[in-house]
Amino acid sequence: MKKSDWILAVVILAAAVLIFLVQAARDSEGEKEVTVTVDGEIFGTYSLSEDQTIKINGTNRFVIENGTVKMDWADCPDQICVNHREISRDGESIICLPNHVVLAVEGGKSADLDGIVR
Amino acid sequence: MSCLQLKGEKALTWTASCARKGNRLKNRAAYFGVFTAFALILSYVEMLIPFHFGIPGVKLGLANLIIVIVLYKTDWREALLLSVVRVVLAGFIFGNLFSILYSLAGGILSLAVMVFLKKKERFGIAGVSIAGGVSHNIGQLVVAMLVVETYQVGYYLPVLLISGVITGLLIGILSGEVLRRIRHIQLT
Repeated sequence: MKKSDWILAVVILAAAVLIFLVQAARDSEGEKEVTVTVDGEIFGTYSLSEDQTIKINGTNRFVIENGTVKMDWADCPDQICVNHREISRDGESIICLPNHVVLAVEGGKSADLDGIVR
Repeated sequence: MSCLQLKGEKALTWTASCARKGNRLKNRAAYFGVFTAFALILSYVEMLIPFHFGIPGVKLGLANLIIVIVLYKTDWREALLLSVVRVVLAGFIFGNLFSILYSLAGGILSLAVMVFLKKKERFGIAGVSIAGGVSHNIGQLVVAMLVVETYQVGYYLPVLLISGVITGLLIGILSGEVLRRIRHIQLT
């Protein structure tokens, strides 16, 4: 491997760690909810603190349990969203591309402010 | 210019060069068939490995091995053609129209980046392959964003960057080894 190969690898890894740190800093402890979007339009918003199972237009079904969201059924052939791990952090999402369905976790009211400047 | 239309005094010399051209074309077609078959086998092997990391897009990208080899052994035109042929065939056999769309976006962006970096000559095969792996993931991510119309898809960008570096490095080392062993074979 040439020296510039190593530099390239390290730069990309550093960028990844940086983005990850920004995401971790943005994650909030407050009340969270999951927003369901179909074709870019909001289908519904559900609180993560309430265990429930919700069907989306007969194409997908997801479960909220112990503050995490998991897609447990989809009618698409690839099943990528079903194999997706459960999500719970602010900004995380499960996407079913064939059905254009997006489940996205968002920090609740306490996370509306990015920061406070005094 | 077609070889069949030549008449007159120059005909004799032209036929000789036309025959050579024909042989080269036959060679190219034969090698291209072998590469296509190999790429499809690698796509199949990749599909057999039950590897669900829980984050879509994290995978080995074994078929990229043959793309890198062809890129170094012949030129970018062959690599582009092979990339497109592989994605379309593998898509019809193992996937669906969606997987073709994402793979094409990733594959073409990845190849463009690799061709660019290879021309720079500052990078070795490992660096070129790493850039290819990472840009493949970025290309698929961009298409995913366009399809579902949300930016949230980008949340897993760090994971995809890291996995792109690791798989790109592996593919780069592997193809370097393969190229060293087939260096006596002339493809062009």
